[in-house]
Amino acid sequence: MVKLAEWRGKEIFRKNGIPLPRGRVIRSPEEARAAAESGDVPLPCVVKAQVLAGGRGKGGAVRFANSPAEAEAAARAILGTEFKGETVREVLLEEKLPIAKEFYVSLTLDRSARLPLLMVSAQGGVEIENVAEEAILRLPIHPFIGLAAYERRKAARQLGVAGPTAKALESLLDRLWWVFQKEDAELVEINPLALVGDGLVALDAKVIVEDDATFRHPEYADIRDDRTPLEEVAREEGIAFVQLDGNIGVIANGAGLTMATLDVLQKFGGRPGVFLDLGGTDDPSKVTQAFLLMARAKPASVFLNIFGGVTRCDTVARGLVDAMKQVPEGERFPLVARIRGNNETEGIAILRSAGVISLRELEESARAAVASAGGRP
Amino acid sequence: MSVLVDGDTRVLVQGITGHQGTVHTVQMKAFGSKVVAGTTPGKGGQTVDGVPVFDSVEEAVATTGANASCIFVPAPFARDAFLEAVDAGIRLAVVVTEHIPFHDMLTMYHYARLRGARIIGPNCPGIAAPGKAKVGIIPNVVFRPGRVGVVSRSGTLTYEIVSGIKDVGLGQSTCIGLGGDPVVGTSFVDALPWFEEDPDTDVIVMVGEIGGTAEEEAAEYLHHHLDKPVVAYIAGRSAPPGKRMGHAGAIIARGRGTAESKVRALEGAGVRVAQFPYEIPGLVAQLLQEHGRR
Repeated sequence: MVKLAEWRGKEIFRKNGIPLPRGRVIRSPEEARAAAESGDVPLPCVVKAQVLAGGRGKGGAVRFANSPAEAEAAARAILGTEFKGETVREVLLEEKLPIAKEFYVSLTLDRSARLPLLMVSAQGGVEIENVAEEAILRLPIHPFIGLAAYERRKAARQLGVAGPTAKALESLLDRLWWVFQKEDAELVEINPLALVGDGLVALDAKVIVEDDATFRHPEYADIRDDRTPLEEVAREEGIAFVQLDGNIGVIANGAGLTMATLDVLQKFGGRPGVFLDLGGTDDPSKVTQAFLLMARAKPASVFLNIFGGVTRCDTVARGLVDAMKQVPEGERFPLVARIRGNNETEGIAILRSAGVISLRELEESARAAVASAGGRP
Repeated sequence: MSVLVDGDTRVLVQGITGHQGTVHTVQMKAFGSKVVAGTTPGKGGQTVDGVPVFDSVEEAVATTGANASCIFVPAPFARDAFLEAVDAGIRLAVVVTEHIPFHDMLTMYHYARLRGARIIGPNCPGIAAPGKAKVGIIPNVVFRPGRVGVVSRSGTLTYEIVSGIKDVGLGQSTCIGLGGDPVVGTSFVDALPWFEEDPDTDVIVMVGEIGGTAEEEAAEYLHHHLDKPVVAYIAGRSAPPGKRMGHAGAIIARGRGTAESKVRALEGAGVRVAQFPYEIPGLVAQLLQEHGRR
């Protein structure tokens, strides 16, 4: 998933006519002073670190300024600091508004109903997980119809707003629904949505774009989560890379088989470390790539569990044996390889003659992997 | 009898000239499926392993009477391929393609409902009824005709489990891989009644994984509506919360979707739950014996 920083989310809101405080994103203290001096950002203003983690207010990553000098000082205090593991590189300056009330609005996916879900609550400004169920209105939305007028009215009643505020909410919900679809979002959330006078203003913006839809959104190509170099390589190769805290490297194909492999290893006292999931493929070149990637993670031992579809096991086994030779002498590790499918007897023979522990059953293979990592199954 | 497919299934392969489409056309034919047509826009007139290729689904259906589609078309074009198939009269589509945005899948799912069509997948291995037909990519070697029905959210783990059932001398009636994406065309609750009604199925094996609530919903359903014995396995009991385990759906978030909750729900519904995949064949044999089927 691609999580957008607040200012990026707000850029999208702005383009789609969702009301926002006047503000600017800055990258240096001097820019902060200039923005306040020029009146681009009216004073008093809020100075917010642009990090993805929550709890910025309590964590000192949100400050207030009454003058250009204070804006500069606040930006200087925040920029370059670490907030829950993220470095603050951008700061959003926004006018401070007189807030009468704070609401919550979001659109997400309801997997079981297979429908988008609108959630609305009069209790905004706090984590939605901490709001009582009965204080949240949940409206499933049919994708072919969108929000019906009566549903928008229902949302207004939930927030207890009427007249021009209700009209403002109805227009905002339509725009939010449009953003949810057009941006291929997993989540669009405004928390808090502030009542200012009789109007509504989005004080925060949380937009998460679905990974699988990034082909429609080249504009997000420059956004990278904080990934380690190994994770980055895996991503480029289309291999799912997950770091757990053990010492046995696991390579498997398919999410279900990977998880089952971890479950069995743990049963015998093994502690899975890095695991690589190739997806459904048994492409020998991908198996080889994964093996070499795993070698760079320096595991105590490796358990490779592949169920072949169309590729023959002996072909995968030969590729693996070749890859083993590419790992420098001092960095080699015990390997337990289980490759199931066509020609598996030949595959096992090839692996065994190269010094690999190769067994047919999952249970005995897992025991061997735990033993080779120094554990006692 | 079998579930969804049988000897009369006439398979269309959308994206037949791609690597996957070609490889699996050969495999489906070897399994015994009647693969009657393929499509790739712009490649009409070619053949793949003797199967005629058409530019459009409309022509393929008109010429060959295809009535089920296996979709290998890349993700950006998969929604269009599916809509084309439904509009040409296809009522069963197995979508093998992975990484389809869920917004596209929402359109596909609700359009299918509107038109009375059925989607299996996306990102799924498909359906196979040994001795009858296969629409999808499950390896042929794992099967043998029999009376165990298999329905699964996983791909390769399904191969592993189906193969284990064969290794103990049993066989399968029909196996369906539903896929593990956030929005799937067919869930356990949709598929379980087909197996209940299938006279060729004596016992049902259900393979789930962490994330979502599909297994809990299935438990609730089968408790009230199913008489046939069920064996289940849930992958991911050792998975830590908050880690996405490959499938976009396989994540324990906000305390929901844990293996414990699924196992509890299934056991409460009278399902025999295996702790590890290799325990499944033994439990299946045991249930068959208890029910006097063996």
